[in-house]
Amino acid sequence: MRNGPLLLVILLVAACTPDGADSSRDTLRVSAAASLTDAFTAMATAFEATAPDVDVELNLAGSATLVEQVLRGAPVDVLATADARTMQRAVDAGVVADPVAFAHNDLVVAWPAAGPARDVEDLAERRLLVGLCAPQVPCGAAAREGLAAAGVRASPDTEDIDVRSLLARLASGDLDVGIVYASDVPTAGGAVEAAPLPGASTTLVIAPIRTSPAPAQDFIDFVRSRKGVEILRDHGFEAAT
Amino acid sequence: MSSRHSPPSPPRPPHSLLAVAIVAATAVVLPVVALLVDAPWSRLVEVLRSDVATDALGLSVVTSLAATIAAVVLGLPLALLLARVEFPGRAVLRGLVLLPLVLPPVVGGTALLAVLGRRGLLGGPLEEVTGLVLPFSTAGVVVATTFVSMPFLVITVEGALRNLDGRHEGAASTLGAGPWTVLRRVTLPMVRPSLVAGIALTWARALGEFGATITFAGSLQGRTRTLPLAVFVALEGDRDTAVALSLVLVAISLAVIVGLRHRWWHEL
Repeated sequence: MRNGPLLLVILLVAACTPDGADSSRDTLRVSAAASLTDAFTAMATAFEATAPDVDVELNLAGSATLVEQVLRGAPVDVLATADARTMQRAVDAGVVADPVAFAHNDLVVAWPAAGPARDVEDLAERRLLVGLCAPQVPCGAAAREGLAAAGVRASPDTEDIDVRSLLARLASGDLDVGIVYASDVPTAGGAVEAAPLPGASTTLVIAPIRTSPAPAQDFIDFVRSRKGVEILRDHGFEAAT
Repeated sequence: MSSRHSPPSPPRPPHSLLAVAIVAATAVVLPVVALLVDAPWSRLVEVLRSDVATDALGLSVVTSLAATIAAVVLGLPLALLLARVEFPGRAVLRGLVLLPLVLPPVVGGTALLAVLGRRGLLGGPLEEVTGLVLPFSTAGVVVATTFVSMPFLVITVEGALRNLDGRHEGAASTLGAGPWTVLRRVTLPMVRPSLVAGIALTWARALGEFGATITFAGSLQGRTRTLPLAVFVALEGDRDTAVALSLVLVAISLAVIVGLRHRWWHEL
């Protein structure tokens, strides 16, 4: 029919238009650092069980990216970053109010389970393949604090901005040693072994976006409740002191 | 040519399709325009002069050129083999050679690790015999980039070789020219336009390479962090640098397209 193509265009445009708010359920949009992937997936499910009218939508990415998104006006209700320094940018811009610490993530020296055990001094070994997070991400900044505390001058062969990809390189044996989060090690399913790195940990921080609805604060309270702390502990995080 | 004798122009497409076409054009042009709007113009020179930028640019130039040379040195013989020599399984080999064209680059990088990684088929022995470790090295960047961009050269040159009917080369042979002479003085000059286009495409692909490089060679400033990798890292918190470096890549890409315009669009 003659108007077929025009009809198609109209249908396509209609399909792309977001539908109005679903009146029966509220959507709570939570932006969380990638290291919280597993913990907050479980957290969302547990929270939804206590608040049946709320649907939690998780947005996971690097902390700096999440802050960037919020600063550019992304419709987010809760922001959880992997360190306080990254959250500070959102605070300075007046976008978030009163961030609170809700967990610690210790850093560990990690190595492939199939290879020999390593310690922090091995990160200075040029003949080993060493991986670190890039210094501009929380994992990398904290790793360097730990290295400084141990008096080790690392010679990294790669600096990843995604700690999970660093973990994958260790798991496959392509790297000999690296520094990752304690919470990441169990996700490698036994392919990576680790030892604590003293003096290196990040404090995870959570805050509601200024204009967000009530469920945002409910979610934050849940994260800090006993149940929330239990979920975080199950996923390798330590409670905030 | 008088208008009385020119052929009638084809009828215009339906209006609704043209409307969709305008939407499509906007969708393609807007992101680049937005990038230009977003750029830190007042700080551009300062950003592009920083260590982060100059290291990335230097690495990109060196590794992409090395990869292009490697692609020609290895790809030209391969194109000749595929175009001129009949052997069982030729179609299969052609398919495999062209695989990196379609394969997601990260998969290509993973495959390279399986061969040349520490625990790989050849990587372990290579390290033991020569001490050479390709992953996480600048040479590794060249290997990964050659792997993904060589098919561009092979496919372009092979196509051109197939289009030659062989008369001129046959005549040269009959006149006493040996195979190398025929190649040097007849075959290659005849496929020169395609060879040049193939080299340009190969180099452009090499410059834009990301997935295989980051998987196989990792990301370290001054050693393996080429322009695309530097953009990726800069996105975490240093947007000005990310946009500035992106503009450099856009400029180079546009230069390649404009440079090749006669090959692709005759009216441009």
